Amino acid sequence: MDAIILQILNGLDKGSAYALIALGLTLIFGTLGVVNFAHGALFMLGAFCAVTLNKIFTISYETIDPVRKDFLGNPLKVETPYIFDWFGPDVGTAMIEWSVPLAILFSIPIMILIGLSMERGLIKYFYKRPHADQILVTFGLAIVLQEIIKYFYGANPIPTPAPPALTGSADFGVLLGFDAGSIIYPYWRLVYFVFAAAIIGGVFAFLRYTTFGMVVRAGMADRETVGLLGINIDKRFTIMFALAACVAGLAGVMYTPINSPNYHMGMDFLVLSFVVVVVGGMGSLEGAVAAGFLLGVLESFASMGEIVSLLPGINQIIIYLVAIIILLTRPRGLMGRKGVMEE
Amino acid sequence: MLGLNSKDKTLFLIVLALTMFAPFLLNPFPEGSELAQFNAGYPDLMQRFVIFGIFAIGFNILFGLTGYLSFGHAAFLGVGSYAGVWMLKLLTMNVVPAIIVSVIFAGLFSAVVGYISLRRSGIYFSILTLAFAQMSFALAYSVLTPITNGETGLQLALNDPRILDFDAADGSLPATNFFGIEMRDGFELALGPWLFTFNFGYYLCAVVMLIAFYISIRIFRSPFGLMLRALKTNQQRMRFTGKNPKPHTLAAFIISGMYAGLAGGLMVAMDPLAGAERMQWTASGEVVLMTILGGAGTLIGPVLGAGVIKYFENIFSKINDNVLYNWFSFLPDGMQDAFVFMIHPFIGKGWHLTLGIMFMLVVIFLPGGVVEGGQRLKRLFRRRGGSDSAGGASSAKVHPAE
Repeated sequence: MDAIILQILNGLDKGSAYALIALGLTLIFGTLGVVNFAHGALFMLGAFCAVTLNKIFTISYETIDPVRKDFLGNPLKVETPYIFDWFGPDVGTAMIEWSVPLAILFSIPIMILIGLSMERGLIKYFYKRPHADQILVTFGLAIVLQEIIKYFYGANPIPTPAPPALTGSADFGVLLGFDAGSIIYPYWRLVYFVFAAAIIGGVFAFLRYTTFGMVVRAGMADRETVGLLGINIDKRFTIMFALAACVAGLAGVMYTPINSPNYHMGMDFLVLSFVVVVVGGMGSLEGAVAAGFLLGVLESFASMGEIVSLLPGINQIIIYLVAIIILLTRPRGLMGRKGVMEE
Repeated sequence: MLGLNSKDKTLFLIVLALTMFAPFLLNPFPEGSELAQFNAGYPDLMQRFVIFGIFAIGFNILFGLTGYLSFGHAAFLGVGSYAGVWMLKLLTMNVVPAIIVSVIFAGLFSAVVGYISLRRSGIYFSILTLAFAQMSFALAYSVLTPITNGETGLQLALNDPRILDFDAADGSLPATNFFGIEMRDGFELALGPWLFTFNFGYYLCAVVMLIAFYISIRIFRSPFGLMLRALKTNQQRMRFTGKNPKPHTLAAFIISGMYAGLAGGLMVAMDPLAGAERMQWTASGEVVLMTILGGAGTLIGPVLGAGVIKYFENIFSKINDNVLYNWFSFLPDGMQDAFVFMIHPFIGKGWHLTLGIMFMLVVIFLPGGVVEGGQRLKRLFRRRGGSDSAGGASSAKVHPAE
């Protein structure tokens, strides 16, 4: 039992990332009808927002310590980040340590800007083109974005730690009445899951309870009629694209402490999140979220020692296997809307 | 000739001439000159040109004719490679059985994958093929290690059985051969400052590619090819006329899978080594790039696309800052630095960036790829020349992707 709970918990953080990316993909597909292969790149850009903020905070100047000497007897050079001067050393240290959560604020305007310029600059011209063209051009864009990041940040993963207060692990074993140490779970993954749940809840609430969201939902159902009512639906859809980019970016920001970001992390996630979207059903937001968590948890179950020894290699292929089975038995995915991309 | 009409015959003869004289054509710059690094006439790269040409021709039969976008074609290439290396290990170093077995295995595998994936179309088909390819990749890395040798990759070994070969055990690995002629054999021809390399392996690949190209022309012109185009245009109408599209798509899928296997077989015939990364989805993405860049649905497009991408990969990536400084040495110092700084991200390790930008531009402005670009240029010059009489007929040859 404790092993099962542990695997569910382990699956949740990966599942959260899948769900967030898939949610954004589905938003874009449901509103604009565009298959966005550059969505993984947006996730990656979000992660590099966190890296950038960390770098900005640690920009330092060099001073010579008047008292201390280094081991060669030369005057010791001390690096002092500029923010120490501006906010004092205590606040400065705290800001550097908490740079990942702070990057959420930093990344939102950047991701919205990227999303808007991407939609207005490129995607706009591909509404009417076939899906294959959309896939190809966004695939090209993804290559360009990740190469730009590679040019500026290099090809190696850049470790970006979580705040020290959140680096430990929680012992759920005691909490739930099992042996101590049987369910050890890092705090940050818990944070990630809560964060993802909040974002997902926020997006759903936004669509459900605001006038803007209502118009967008109406536009998703019937774009022409909404346009006939005198509402500029294109503008709202553009904003939704920016929102989707923002969701992907935030997913990336918070993922940096779990996996050090590198330039191709977007592509790695892209393939899986497309599988997630298709399993959930193209155009279904609930489906995307459910499938994200489902596949994340299944993946972590499949990597349990007992199961791997029974079916070797299953942990590598489980997601694809499930995708194939679901696609062949349920043509619309788990919760696909009727009439959206059936055949 | 060979059942081709005059236009196809011209095209085929052009390709024949290009491939046969490639060692000359790809080495236009004298040895040791500034521009010698743009020479692509060395055996390794020429072999890659034609092998990836075959791969792209095969992919085009599926994507160009039927419109089914497969994102998992590299898996067939990988299966072909593994089958080929096993033939070289077990049977003989003669490449003929290896290539034949690669084609057969890739064909069988693509029949299985195609039978399942073709139950869906559109993006679902893309995801299904992607899922199969990623599964094969993951399995080749992990569980199938006894067959694929995992991360190391499958290689020849001294103690392989090779039941048909009786070579003297001199302690070195035997080379792949074609009835006794070794693949790496060749001769060099020095004409003044130029040096041309003629490699036997390349010519074997070239001949195979010509055969593959010929078959693809025949498929494009056959009733079968017409049927494939019909089901790309409108499957429902095709069903109304009483035709079942399924067997035709499956046949196209298997044929293109066999082409991929042929490419994989040739790859190991040239260099007896097979690794799992050949099956990864980025490799599948590459063949998609090649086909689109050249022009999907056209006969010659995929070959051109394969050539362009492989040329970039091997030549562009070798340019470094020193070379740039040499080029711009005629400029004043500040300008020189500025130019080098601006071009630097696009060369060397950054060649992927150039490729990505080029690819995006092609998809946005030239959906028909390089071939469409050529046609537009041709039309432009025609109009300038004022003789528009033969314009319509000659451009009917190619059918750009919709």
